[in-house]
Amino acid sequence: MNQKQTIKIALAGNPNVGKSTLFNTLTGLKQHTGNWPGKTVILAKGSFSYKGKDYTIYDLPGTYSLLSNSTDEEVARDFIVFEKPDITIVVLDATTIERNLNLALQVMEITDQVIICINLIDEAKKKGIIINENVMMDKLGVPVIKISARNKVGINLLLDTIDRMITGNISTTPYQIKYSNEVEEKLKQLIPKMDKIVGDDISPRWLALRLLDGDESILKTYMRRKQMGEGEEKSDGYK
Amino acid sequence: MGTNNELKQYDEIINLANSLSSDNLRDEIVTNIYEQSKSICNQTIRYQSPEKLRQTEKLDRIFTSKIFGFPIMLAMLGVVFYITIAGANYPSSLLANLFNWFEGYLTMFFHWIHAPEWLYGVIVLGLYRGTAWVVSVMLPPMAIFFPMFALLENYGYLPRVAFNLDRLFKRVGAHGKQALSMAMGFGCNAAAILSTRIIESPRERMIAILTNNFVPCNGRWPTLILLSSLFMAVGLPKTMGTFVTAAVVMGIVLFGIVVTYFVSWALSKTLLRGVPTHYTLELPPYRIPKFWQTVLRATLDKSLFVLKRAVVIAAPAGMLTWVAANIMIGDTSILMYIVQFFDPFGQLLGLDGYILTAFLFGLPANEIVLPILLMGYLSTGAMTEVEELSAIKHIFVDHGWTWLTALNMMLFSLLHFPCGTTMLNIYKETHSKKWTFVAFALPTSIAIVVTLIVAQVVRGFGWV
Amino acid sequence: MCNNNLISLDQAEIGDCIKIKRLEVTGTMRRRLLDLGFVPSAKVVAVQKSPLGDPIAYEVSQTIIALRKEESSKIFGEVVKNESKTDD
Ligand SMILES: Nc1nc2c(ncn2[C@@H]2O[C@H](COP(=O)(O)OP(=O)(O)O)[C@@H](O)[C@H]2O)c(=O)[nH]1
Ligand SMILES: [Mg+2]
Repeated sequence: MNQKQTIKIALAGNPNVGKSTLFNTLTGLKQHTGNWPGKTVILAKGSFSYKGKDYTIYDLPGTYSLLSNSTDEEVARDFIVFEKPDITIVVLDATTIERNLNLALQVMEITDQVIICINLIDEAKKKGIIINENVMMDKLGVPVIKISARNKVGINLLLDTIDRMITGNISTTPYQIKYSNEVEEKLKQLIPKMDKIVGDDISPRWLALRLLDGDESILKTYMRRKQMGEGEEKSDGYK
Repeated sequence: MGTNNELKQYDEIINLANSLSSDNLRDEIVTNIYEQSKSICNQTIRYQSPEKLRQTEKLDRIFTSKIFGFPIMLAMLGVVFYITIAGANYPSSLLANLFNWFEGYLTMFFHWIHAPEWLYGVIVLGLYRGTAWVVSVMLPPMAIFFPMFALLENYGYLPRVAFNLDRLFKRVGAHGKQALSMAMGFGCNAAAILSTRIIESPRERMIAILTNNFVPCNGRWPTLILLSSLFMAVGLPKTMGTFVTAAVVMGIVLFGIVVTYFVSWALSKTLLRGVPTHYTLELPPYRIPKFWQTVLRATLDKSLFVLKRAVVIAAPAGMLTWVAANIMIGDTSILMYIVQFFDPFGQLLGLDGYILTAFLFGLPANEIVLPILLMGYLSTGAMTEVEELSAIKHIFVDHGWTWLTALNMMLFSLLHFPCGTTMLNIYKETHSKKWTFVAFALPTSIAIVVTLIVAQVVRGFGWV
Repeated sequence: MCNNNLISLDQAEIGDCIKIKRLEVTGTMRRRLLDLGFVPSAKVVAVQKSPLGDPIAYEVSQTIIALRKEESSKIFGEVVKNESKTDD
């Protein structure tokens, strides 16, 4: 049964960075694209195969953050937390990396299985922006790939990286955001307690941060899902 | 499973977290993330030519300027309409001829197999002609309009429209992003209803949902274009005629926007009272779209969309209409009973019974209103051949049409109830029968009132 | 040009660079603004007024974000020298 199970990939990123374009490039489907934030309002799903493996890929709604201030952010966050994609690709806009990186750092707090795609490198080149992806890879501890989804540049490298990550040939050590001593101190008190309840299911550090921030919804959802029965990995009901 | 033990642990954790939490924690978290992003960027990114980063800003100084902002918007709209109308004529008649030519063979085939008259009627005169009509009248304008629209959309112009118009929306208690869902409405109101999700405040979202219908969708464009070219641009040389047609269509669209403002205002004073909520709008950098890729994709998508609708809705509707027009009770067909029932009311609105019946039958999709109308007008109950536009005008004029009828039909088309798919989406999005009903009743009443006033005024002054 | 008086974002002239000191917004909107980069110590440039004067677009963390007066009047900061701008 494991044979037929497809590998789940999620596309996260700010609005308007080219997630749907990348989605279309990978799947050959035609999600609507357009240069305005908010046009992908539904979680789109598609599939593709590479080197004999079958992948299902989800185009998450574009968000600036995963701190859950809106439905979009909640959909994106819950997908990454509870549906546990095998790989989460964070798409960045090469011309505004500083802004985009915030989301990437937040995703990396939740999961290790992250690939960073710097999209729109053609635009960056035009604007004279030079990005040293190797240094960035060192800093972030996850693969960083430059692509142009629209011009189909770097897609093969991306597919290859996905493949190698799935087969376990790439290990990641995602950058952890450091907080003030005060916050870190509080985290130290909370994390051990967290382990008992969520175990390996959710990153305890991340969950502790959310609780400190007053967001109990994740833990609640987690408890509810646990009660409804383990291992229930339904993703079709997701809208 | 959900043991007491676990619940106790849960409570313990929550309590601990609450006691540790502090008010400005969120500020600290976010500021921290921002600072660390910045520091990573400083170590990995170099900007060689900072002046190039300001291009978008420079363009915005034009596109959203005090002086040029609005004129540019209007000019773009006008140019898009003009090109659509000028460009659609030729392919439309080409397609019509093609269908006509093929109909000859179909007819021959039906004679050859000795098909009964009613079968020939249902299949060829009803189903085939219904589909042919929709395809040849709808397809060309849509295949021209939407690629242009997609280019503007991918260039990044739409958010600027929302930026320019926001003040006006705010004044009527609506959300600035309503401009975006309205822009989507030009394509398809049903899809636009989904796009109102970008508006987070439920109140403002409902306003956007209830008023979206006042933007003509691709099922109504061709009606507007056809009627205004037949009745408003009479006796003008070709280019001038196209120009006038475009101007009239644009006038109708602008009127729809005025109605949107008015209704939004009225709603936020009555049913949906409240003050405008938060608003942030991102203005993404302008990006030159890939011209051919965007054009081809939009053309293909739209064409497939129209074809699908034609087959799924226009074909059966054409068949049904034919049946209604040919089954007699006494010496009057079912269709005629309905028509006669609506006629007095229709006349009052400057329309007639056929037109109202066509709108009613056209509930599933606006595309089929015009074909059904023509079918009704023809005594045989079959749709007319589509090759000649002037022939269509004859049919209208023979049934007592004047420019007032045309104008009011356009207005009714612009303002009346949303199509079936749109209503279904409204129901799905609002989960409310009440609001779905409002979405039906509100535009319909407005359509009735507006056409009534126009008809009475025009007749009162003796202009027709 | 350095002055220590705090002004709100909507009072800034087009072209001004403002270093944010505090936000007097609460709830969801505060979180949204933080997420967009309106965080204390961030630098924001007023770039463009819409034709009717409101909203106004600001450049913050490499993105242009339009805010209505209702929000921008509650974000305070001091005018600082605009580094990102080349003199012309
Ligand atoms: N120049 C360039 N434009 C791109 C590229 N990828 C996407 N775009 C454009 O960026 C805009 C936003 O893309 P979209 O996929 O809708 O973004 P999403 O909101 O993240 O799904 C569209 O206008 C795309 O055509 C690229 O690699 N190069
Ligand atoms: Mg998208």
